[in-house]
Amino acid sequence: MAAVDDLRFEEFGDAAASLAANSDTTTISIEDPGDTPKHQPGPPGGSGREEDDELLGNDDSDKTELLAGQKKSSPFWTFEYYQTFFDVDTYQVFDRIKGSLLPVPGKNFVRLYVRSNPDLYGPFWICATLVFAIAISGNLSNFLIHLGEKTYHYVPEFRKVSIAATVVYAYAWLVPLALWGFLMWRNSKVMNIVSYSFLEIVCVYGYSLFIYIPTAILWIIPQKAVRWILVMIALGVSGSVLAMTFWPAVREDNRRIALATIVTIVLLHMLLSVGCLAYFFDAPEMDHLPTPTAAPNQTVAAAKLS
Amino acid sequence: MAEAAESPGDPGTASPRPLFAGLSDISISQDIPVEGEITIPMRSRIREFDSSTLNESVQNTIMRDLKAVGKKFMHVLYPRKSNTLLRDWDLWGPLILCVTLALMLQRGSVDSEKDGGPQFAEVFVIVWFGAVTITLNSKLLGGNISFFQSLCVLGYCILPLTVAMLVCRLVLLAEPGPINFMVRLFVVIVMFAWSIIASTAFLADSQPPNRKALAVYPVFLFYFVISWMILTFTP
Repeated sequence: MAAVDDLRFEEFGDAAASLAANSDTTTISIEDPGDTPKHQPGPPGGSGREEDDELLGNDDSDKTELLAGQKKSSPFWTFEYYQTFFDVDTYQVFDRIKGSLLPVPGKNFVRLYVRSNPDLYGPFWICATLVFAIAISGNLSNFLIHLGEKTYHYVPEFRKVSIAATVVYAYAWLVPLALWGFLMWRNSKVMNIVSYSFLEIVCVYGYSLFIYIPTAILWIIPQKAVRWILVMIALGVSGSVLAMTFWPAVREDNRRIALATIVTIVLLHMLLSVGCLAYFFDAPEMDHLPTPTAAPNQTVAAAKLS
Repeated sequence: MAEAAESPGDPGTASPRPLFAGLSDISISQDIPVEGEITIPMRSRIREFDSSTLNESVQNTIMRDLKAVGKKFMHVLYPRKSNTLLRDWDLWGPLILCVTLALMLQRGSVDSEKDGGPQFAEVFVIVWFGAVTITLNSKLLGGNISFFQSLCVLGYCILPLTVAMLVCRLVLLAEPGPINFMVRLFVVIVMFAWSIIASTAFLADSQPPNRKALAVYPVFLFYFVISWMILTFTP
């Protein structure tokens, strides 16, 4: 009995089999020895490596119950309570960022990557980086566009950093709050299978903003067509992450309300990116649209740049 | 004192006190000194008698603190893995550096509204609240460094960037042009790298090993923002 079990599986199968065979003490019943052992106290991030969809459905609820019982036991006025929101390793953060950049249809970002371990590290620092990326890129782009003009005096425009910070952080915290409230309200009317906690929604929104950091840096290129293509790409990627995350939460609902919710989410996302582009980045002067008032500007600009 | 152990050693009972057996025979004379100072030898860092630092001259006090600050400056300029910054932390150095940097980032004249540079308060807030945020972040991630130690290290590692600000201001006295900008860019980049290396040398050991990158990235962002403010300074 022991020899066969030795060869078949690792030490966990061994212990369970020998326990069951030797003593009559209570053992944890494992139906399928090929299944991953549930009583192994591994880090919750380790289970994030699984990509199997069947196991996702079975193990997810079990693990979430186990983990939900272990976490968040400190009262909210202690420091340890807030440490549970930063319980992520480096590779976990990278995995979540990768998941937000490469949305796979059918895979839910929250179920695949967050999995009842929402963190506040990603949302906070991605928003901070985005604020400075937008402000610095806007400044640099304006400098490059107006380079060579005699009447232009370069100013660092430091006010825009505080405006960018207000906009980005308000978006990353108030929109999830509103969405969470809305989903809770609909949950009370229609029984939904999937419901997200507030922190998971903040997590999804925070990580979905990551695509805008390279987009903001690439917006330095003073071509209107390039900028609008970048807007479309970024909106496509992050909008699809958000849409695929929230579609399971609303699809049980009335068809029109579900569609309206998803459309609103994507629309707000687009508003953020277009607003940032319009406010922080001046329009490039080399415009390809021939208008009568723009003709003398074009010739003057061409003369300056030549 | 002679009657401390009055009961004579009873030979019948197994006396557990053979030490006191002959005590009654000893007479204590008056000239064995039984008084003296109790000083804890390990606390030699702290002054033994409080009155000595109260009575010393002001110059001594100031020079002692200035020497401590100067010693930490040397540790930042030549970063090795040492514990001096962490053990004897103080916030004088960061305050001096922050005020110097914020003052040098001011323009001389009161311009019109087109003056878009950072105000003194903005620089001050960015430096101190940035350092507090990074410290909180590293503590929340599970680092075992105390709050003020981390503030001390982050503040002292602004020293290379302050030196860069001085150099930039001097370079800007020359004529403006692309060469001017290239020199300033080079100096700022070198000093930025120096700051990062210095602060990582002190802070990296206190983080759990699988979260080092998570704790170091905000430091990178912090010094990058300060470098950007220095680079875009125009008089």
